[in-house]
Amino acid sequence: MQKLINWVDERLPIVEAWNKHLAKYYAPKNFNVWYFFGSLAMLVLVNQLVTGIWLTMSYNPSAEGAFASVEYIMRDVEWGWLLRYLHSTGASAFFVVVYLHMFRGLMYGSYQKPRELIWIFGMLIYLVLMAEAFMGYLLPWGQMSYWGAQVIVNLFGAIPVIGEDLSLWIRGDYLISGITLNRFFALHVVALPIVLLGLVVLHILALHEVGSNNPDGIEIKKNKDENGIPKDGIPFHPYYTVHDLLGVGVFFFIFFIVVFFFPEMGGLFLEKPNFEPANALKTPDHIAPVWYFTPFYAMLRAVTVDFMGLPAKFWGVVVMGGAIAILFVLPWLDRSPVRSIRYKGWLSKIALAIFAVSFVILGYLGLVPATEGRTTVAQILTVLYFLYFILMPFYTRMENTKPVPERVTG
Amino acid sequence: MKKLIVGLFIALLPALGLAAGAAVPLDHMEPDHTDKASLQRGAALFTNYCMGCHSMEYARYKRVADDLEIPVELYEENLIFTGAKIGELMKNSMSKDMAAGWFGAPPPDLTLETRLRGESWVYSYLRGFYKDDSRPLGVNNVVFDNVGMPHILVEMQGLCAVKPNIGVGASVEPLSGNVNNADACPDYATEGSMSGAEFDQAMWDLTNFMSYMGDPVKVERERLGIFVLIFVAIFFVFAYLLNREYWKDVH
Repeated sequence: MQKLINWVDERLPIVEAWNKHLAKYYAPKNFNVWYFFGSLAMLVLVNQLVTGIWLTMSYNPSAEGAFASVEYIMRDVEWGWLLRYLHSTGASAFFVVVYLHMFRGLMYGSYQKPRELIWIFGMLIYLVLMAEAFMGYLLPWGQMSYWGAQVIVNLFGAIPVIGEDLSLWIRGDYLISGITLNRFFALHVVALPIVLLGLVVLHILALHEVGSNNPDGIEIKKNKDENGIPKDGIPFHPYYTVHDLLGVGVFFFIFFIVVFFFPEMGGLFLEKPNFEPANALKTPDHIAPVWYFTPFYAMLRAVTVDFMGLPAKFWGVVVMGGAIAILFVLPWLDRSPVRSIRYKGWLSKIALAIFAVSFVILGYLGLVPATEGRTTVAQILTVLYFLYFILMPFYTRMENTKPVPERVTG
Repeated sequence: MKKLIVGLFIALLPALGLAAGAAVPLDHMEPDHTDKASLQRGAALFTNYCMGCHSMEYARYKRVADDLEIPVELYEENLIFTGAKIGELMKNSMSKDMAAGWFGAPPPDLTLETRLRGESWVYSYLRGFYKDDSRPLGVNNVVFDNVGMPHILVEMQGLCAVKPNIGVGASVEPLSGNVNNADACPDYATEGSMSGAEFDQAMWDLTNFMSYMGDPVKVERERLGIFVLIFVAIFFVFAYLLNREYWKDVH
């Protein structure tokens, strides 16, 4: 065995890679529960890839056959129902762990210098993930697949001058059709997964270059022993590999409760109108995107006034796009001398709390039909969402921070 | 911090009142896919009364026969009217175009109807027909206003002269002991072959069968789910012990 390793290692640096990324990658020893979600996102990614490959074997990407082929998978393909529920539940689970992973970054300032690139790669992963989820949702070719895609693609039509042509170009047709389905299928199963995997590699390479942040926001590399090993660091393997197994156990327990007992999650993971085949002549009473898009959908609907001669819909798209775009510049908005929320002042703590609560309530508002009162609430929350970022350079500089300890506090 | 979050939630709660839509009240129906006798009765009802117009084209006869423990010969003899083979999909011979001409819209495929609308909706709808001479077919439905479907089970239920009380449920008057609304229909224009309770049971069976057809693997899935969760729980115990062993020297 050792001979074989040596033989390969002389030709490909596998030992070096193993050491750099696992056995001698020193991670802070004070990771808490928030640090499970990165590895869990990898786990869900693998689940999506594997179940997706097997689903592709029986799926028929055509307007005539798509809906029936999904039911064929559910009924006639051996274990097809399990593959599909793992994939559909996995899609939602992906966003659950990614949102928690991102919130961890916000809390502990993991985006701050020198980790700006890690954050940007992460944001790109999030963007691609949204595109991947959106295109995947069209594939079952149910009513909500169809009309959800219709609504989202029409959003591009709100862009002045080029809008209509742009949405026509995306659809490849004058309305969502089999042509759209085929191109979304190609993007969903080939193009976007390749991009996603590439970005995940970049995200991790960038992380391992500068090292992990931790709940105290301390740079562990500043405190090294005589061998050049960080005093507060611990080899990722085996310490965090066995530690992450705990997270995997808890995650799987919850995940499988959904897969085996509540695969529709009360209409949240699989929406009820999607049990009816797509029908271009019949609009559902209420079109709602899947839950992970609803905060942004609520922001889109919250914009109700025309402005500068452009329709409200256009500004809604701008607000929605801006809500995601502003996350990219986060590393340059935070001017605090400390990273972690533990040592930031009370202004940062309140701002983060308001931001998180706004995001969750916007998610709810995007799920239910709009009323006048709800739109008002969504407008207030949208403003609060943006204020978290826009005011960040000011409140992070103004507030009094607590002294950061020299060593991690466990 | 936590108090603040809770406080914010409470402050915003009034704005989050649930949708006050004009939802039709429904009688609750909780399906039981392990009740094979009920599913068999439902299969017989569906095949005899519904399948002339409604297909179940995503499902196969053989699967139903196997799952409901109906011998294949018996099934072929009594429950397949189209000459289809037992392994085929449960289609029917009605042309969608012609059906659209007769009813205004082609009768929908019902394989997934309970997953689309819910069991309670189907159970209430089936019992919701009443006499309405203003409609072309002479009937209307409290759950589905201006429905295009005829009351196909009128010989069993009879025809209710007034709107049946769906979503009310039976209640006992505390003083007299009289049972109110035991039969959702208080007044029949024509009597059927079944009593109110018998018809309710038949519709419960039919809904139960449709629910099974929407999600045929449910019983098996939930049975397996228990074993999977037990496995994950045992895995967690070992992962916990392994983790504790590795981390005991880290301070």
